[in-house]
Amino acid sequence: MKVVMAQKLLRANQQVARENRTRLGRVLTVNLVSSPGAGKTAILERTIAALKGAFRIGVIEGDIYTTRDAERIAVHGVDVVQINTTGLCHLDASMLARALEEIDTEALDILFIENVGNLVCPAEFDLGEDYKVAVLSVAEGADKPAKYPLVFQEARVVLINKADLLPYSDFDVEAVRQEILAINPETEVFVVSAKTGEGLEAWYAWLKSAAQKKNASSATG
Amino acid sequence: MHELGLIQAAMEEIARAAQANNICRIVKVKLVVGKMNGALPDALQFAFKVLTPETIFEGADLEIEEVDIRLRCPACGRETVVGEITCWCPACGTRAEIVAGRELYIEYFEGDEEEGLNNEGCDGPEAAARQPAGGA
Repeated sequence: MKVVMAQKLLRANQQVARENRTRLGRVLTVNLVSSPGAGKTAILERTIAALKGAFRIGVIEGDIYTTRDAERIAVHGVDVVQINTTGLCHLDASMLARALEEIDTEALDILFIENVGNLVCPAEFDLGEDYKVAVLSVAEGADKPAKYPLVFQEARVVLINKADLLPYSDFDVEAVRQEILAINPETEVFVVSAKTGEGLEAWYAWLKSAAQKKNASSATG
Repeated sequence: MHELGLIQAAMEEIARAAQANNICRIVKVKLVVGKMNGALPDALQFAFKVLTPETIFEGADLEIEEVDIRLRCPACGRETVVGEITCWCPACGTRAEIVAGRELYIEYFEGDEEEGLNNEGCDGPEAAARQPAGGA
């Protein structure tokens, strides 16, 4: 017997992602994705320090096994929930749903989700976030957008991090920016250094504007 | 890398549909996978081989149809198959629309209906093991 399904493979994930989105309501939710070591946690630490006076911030930390990143974030005095995927290379919507049980979303303006360090798999899984933000570090090399295009196509913002290393590398920022825009003309590219703070003001400004817009939206809208 | 997760999701969806159709053994699964997803057919086959033993999918055949990434240009009207994701028409440089390559779905599956078993009995490997002796 043949059963024709013509059904999306990740339908179950998409259903849970929709539920997460409803539950998150007015909270601006940002899903940070990058290779391991690109600087997601360092950027988050800077961002929290800069914005926590103006916004109530929560963080969900995805990691395969450890709680190291969550410990780094917790010292900044914001709510952190750790998800250990115990081997899985990405977060999915049901993992986020479980983590949301542990966090008071009513008491938040911005929720950051730090995905597992991986430039391939997280791109495929909608968690219920408003935006994916990709971090690409200078040290990884300029060929990453071409080699891993899906993540850059999904990202609303790309942060080119470790700009402090530019003098020591042949990374051509303009060429990479053009390559990213060829894959996704709608994305915004900010060149930053989580180490020196360079360029982060533009990222904060984007976040503030996105958060104000989302926080002001009606819960049903 | 995410092929295991994709196959797991496919198996869950199909197992649900199989149960609804009173099917206790899957013999074939057909997936359609656009090249934009970065899911490699070999890795999908490997994941299927690893995940299916001792389930209703044991021994089933997995067919994967790959779909090329295709752009349609609003200016010159041309449809082009591209090797890499881009948003610009290779012929005239205009912003083009991606019309194929993002597919990721289960097209169909084939299975054997179990005679003499009711719906509640048709729920996975335990049910298969409980087959009446006369059925073999």
